[in-house]
Amino acid sequence: MRIAHYVNQFFGGIGAEEHAGKGLETRDGAVGPGRLLESLLGNDAHVVVTFVCGDNYAVEHQEELTASVLEKVRQAKVDLFIAGPCFDAGRYGMAAGALCCAIQAELGIPVITAMSEENPGVDLYREALYVIDSGTSIAKMRGVLATMARLGEKLIKKESIGLPAEEGYLRRGLLRDQLVEKKAATRLVDMLIAKMKKEPFESEMPPTAFAPVPIPAAIKDMSKAKVMLITDGGLVPKGNPDRIEGTAATRWGSYSIEGRDDLRAEDYEVSHGGYDTRFVQEDPDRLVPLDALREMERNGVIGKLHDEFISTCGRSNPLSNTRRLGREMAHKIKQDGVDAVILTST
Amino acid sequence: MVQITSALPIAKMVGANRVVLGTGIVHVTGDAKLPLEDEKELRRKLVQKALDALQGKE
Repeated sequence: MRIAHYVNQFFGGIGAEEHAGKGLETRDGAVGPGRLLESLLGNDAHVVVTFVCGDNYAVEHQEELTASVLEKVRQAKVDLFIAGPCFDAGRYGMAAGALCCAIQAELGIPVITAMSEENPGVDLYREALYVIDSGTSIAKMRGVLATMARLGEKLIKKESIGLPAEEGYLRRGLLRDQLVEKKAATRLVDMLIAKMKKEPFESEMPPTAFAPVPIPAAIKDMSKAKVMLITDGGLVPKGNPDRIEGTAATRWGSYSIEGRDDLRAEDYEVSHGGYDTRFVQEDPDRLVPLDALREMERNGVIGKLHDEFISTCGRSNPLSNTRRLGREMAHKIKQDGVDAVILTST
Repeated sequence: MVQITSALPIAKMVGANRVVLGTGIVHVTGDAKLPLEDEKELRRKLVQKALDALQGKE
């Protein structure tokens, strides 16, 4: 079995954060965790090539990195591509996920990575990939690699893959058909009885969990603050220049309101298939309250109203997508030096 | 950040920290039933409430 392995600068033995800017290095044979992986897989397994790259470099030059690794993996003619384990290292996870996705799509060989559930790479890539649940502790390296090795062998042999809990990967959100003995009603009552007896049971529909968001500090002096308006109600300039989808939006836009006191109906439309948009269409201030904020800017209640407002459509959207949209918006908001945001949601 | 919304359960579910209740899903910061001037006044009050929340006032 021929394996290609991707690790970051830390696991590649180059060094810690001060070496995160280091570019891609290609080494023959196994490095660091790759050696352990080889030993877990037995004599037949060889890590023939290891890619080592700094975490900052990997995220800042994702396209170049992907193209380069893809080509080298193609040449190496491997049976399996492994990235990580990345634990809770976010940039490492994002690079590992992007590489696995590209290699899976272009070369059609099995790929496996491992991350902790909170790693931002999980949101982005869990649907596309087998991401082994690594937890956050590097001390668990051996066990995580063993789980990756087991699943890797199964994938290569094209054996059927069990449920997330059986194989140790993070839930991908995929639905698949399965024959079961008991009807839904019976299973439901069984679960209820187990719950009442305080016995363990497993829900067939795990609820989405949201990590708590720390509350940002209050604004001390609003008369000096730069305030920005954002909406997920789908208000866009006439013609919808960014083609923001009215459902499961993949994009957002930022639109100038410089010098305007009021949003006029004839300049805007609403791209949102989830509510009756006629009232907002009639008067867009009902969704993006520019008129009130402009007055407050004039009266010195706020320091400045930001010259642009951000808009997207918040309807029937996978979390992996909305989290990406949120991250992108947050990046812009920071760059623009905004102190406070008013988000209006339909 | 403060969120003005009429879908309070969703804001709570995702863990929004500062939430002001809007005046309906179809017009979060307005009310189509009111005369224009009254509607503008309602909007001023809502936005002021949002600014208060951002400053940690109740």
